[in-house]
Amino acid sequence: MSHATLTPKPSSLRGATLPKWFGWAVAAGSVVLGLGISTAAGLDSDIQWALIAAVLFVVGSYAVSAKVEGRRQAKDRTATSLVWVAFLMALVPLISLIWETVKRGVKVLDGYFLTHSMGVVADTEPGGGIYHAIVGTLEQVGLATLISVPIGVLTAIYLVEYGRGRLAKAVTFFVDVMTGIPSIVAGLFVLSVWILMLDMGPSGFAGSMALSILMIPVVVRSTEEMLKLVPNELREASLALGVPKWRTILKVVLPTSIGGITTGVMLAIARITGETAPVLLLVWVTNFINTNPFQDPQASLPMYIYLQYANSGGSGAAYDRAWAAALTLIAFIMILNLVARGIARWKAPKTGR
Amino acid sequence: MDITTQKPAAPPAAPGPAAPVDKRAARGATRPGDRIFLGLSRGSGIFVLVLMAAIAAFLTYRASIAISENEANFFTSFDWNPSGIPPEFGIAVLAFGTVVSSIIAMVIAVPVSVGIALFITHYAPRRLGGLIAYVIDLLAAVPSIVYGLWGALFLVPHLEGLYGWLDDYLGWTGIFEWNDGAPRSLFTVGILLAIMILPIITNVSREVFRQVPRMHEEAALALGATRWEVIRMSVLPFGRSGVISASMLGLGRALGETMAVAMVLSSSFDINASLLDTGGGTFAQNIASKFNEATEMGRDALIASGLVLFVITLLVNGAARLIIARRKEYSGANA
Repeated sequence: MSHATLTPKPSSLRGATLPKWFGWAVAAGSVVLGLGISTAAGLDSDIQWALIAAVLFVVGSYAVSAKVEGRRQAKDRTATSLVWVAFLMALVPLISLIWETVKRGVKVLDGYFLTHSMGVVADTEPGGGIYHAIVGTLEQVGLATLISVPIGVLTAIYLVEYGRGRLAKAVTFFVDVMTGIPSIVAGLFVLSVWILMLDMGPSGFAGSMALSILMIPVVVRSTEEMLKLVPNELREASLALGVPKWRTILKVVLPTSIGGITTGVMLAIARITGETAPVLLLVWVTNFINTNPFQDPQASLPMYIYLQYANSGGSGAAYDRAWAAALTLIAFIMILNLVARGIARWKAPKTGR
Repeated sequence: MDITTQKPAAPPAAPGPAAPVDKRAARGATRPGDRIFLGLSRGSGIFVLVLMAAIAAFLTYRASIAISENEANFFTSFDWNPSGIPPEFGIAVLAFGTVVSSIIAMVIAVPVSVGIALFITHYAPRRLGGLIAYVIDLLAAVPSIVYGLWGALFLVPHLEGLYGWLDDYLGWTGIFEWNDGAPRSLFTVGILLAIMILPIITNVSREVFRQVPRMHEEAALALGATRWEVIRMSVLPFGRSGVISASMLGLGRALGETMAVAMVLSSSFDINASLLDTGGGTFAQNIASKFNEATEMGRDALIASGLVLFVITLLVNGAARLIIARRKEYSGANA
């Protein structure tokens, strides 16, 4: 600190800084200005005043800060405000999505709606419900889970417990690539095999096969991560007692990681429940209750939403039903997600950390 | 255990080639249970490979049926009339629409996602950051059909103001010319896709930014760098490959998105110079929209266009995975 004697003011080391409330003040100011400008200019869109406010905020804080604090600090402030703007801009549509769905969905969502089908209700009239769609979705998703969980978990066991060499590498890579297969392509594949080649009709099971193509990679990835978390000491202890490897896996490795695997499976179920495209190609849709997933078209929640939207003829009753079904679907997926995360926290493997 | 008890007399002084005893034990999988279990799990792994191969093979087979009957050029024709005599169809319009809408989505989503990821890891208070990350995680689970419903009934009517503004100030470029139709154009699709792929890009980028070595950041701070300089000099260079692969994962999703696009876009088989005019289409949207009225030939033609989509997404995703694999430590790769 020998320089301190040369410079009269020690505060010059830090340079001038703006007070902490500066950012908030500029933000509030630009929102007010943005609102003012847009009302004055007669702009009717919410997006516009928000954009104007955002631009004002970024430019304003840069100008003031460059004047007071210098260019480096000003740049820092601009970056900070850009990051904030990015965050807020992204929140707007996401919150709006949830808000609109809840607001418009609760209108017709009640016990009657959940326990009745659309059998005798015309598309444009009020009334009717989603019972047939719930039945269809549960059956299709259940079948898909039955197909993909054994395959997915076994594949993950192969990769973690046995997999060495080129086969394991290839499987890992293609599981990763499989995660990115568009759902419509999975639908087209089952269409070309099951319906065009084997000449089967549309059914819930055909949809389940396409859904399980989408589900397997997710199950493999999450199970793999969980199996890797099981401490090697546990495996070695079991093997050292002379327990065969397969019993070690079944009795030691899997029970230790069962919580994480359940979480992964539930997240995978949540992901495929909302899939529409393969269902559109393979299961079609009906207004009637069909409890047999192996024959004839079945309804499902996503297709119900699509049908109500597409066949509504612009009628409010159909849109209300679409929103209510969307709300049901989101609620189902969110509950699955929350429960899955709860299980993950509750049953997290003891990694000795 | 059996092996050891059956051969108690194996003398330590046995001459050189005593190896045959150990061969079976060393291989490990000699018990029937082990053999069956190994067979099952390896079989599942092989099943995944076979499945991928089968997808490629069957799509190619059906596509080849359609393309061999096709009288128009598959890649350059603007028509889609596979059930006509002779059948004529091409993917030029679909390729254009898919590429344009994905580009718009990426241009909007990548900077915003990187911004949110930085916000969560470096700007927000720790508690808030965790909460936001959690919410974004949940939003990644919202199904595309709900995005489609929201897009068609909420976003489309609210975009008229923006369209008018773009037409007023940027209409002279020709790209943003608007003739007052409903805003159900490729531009709207791009915006909606951007919103949909935001969560996945954010999640993967966040994972990568979180793994930036603490030492790099502290070193920069100690040299007197501002927070932005820390990010620019240590966080972004470290996270670049991660952000690229995150973006490509998002791109893969945008390319294959079906229902949301089908619900929002008012499609037709032509290419407009202006992004704001209705018309155009994407691969996935076209399959969903045309499927109901498609004949056998029509389905094969749709499968042919699906094959193109499959190959494109395969390349994009494969590239993204390879980039991630080069940096193995990115655990965010499993999103």
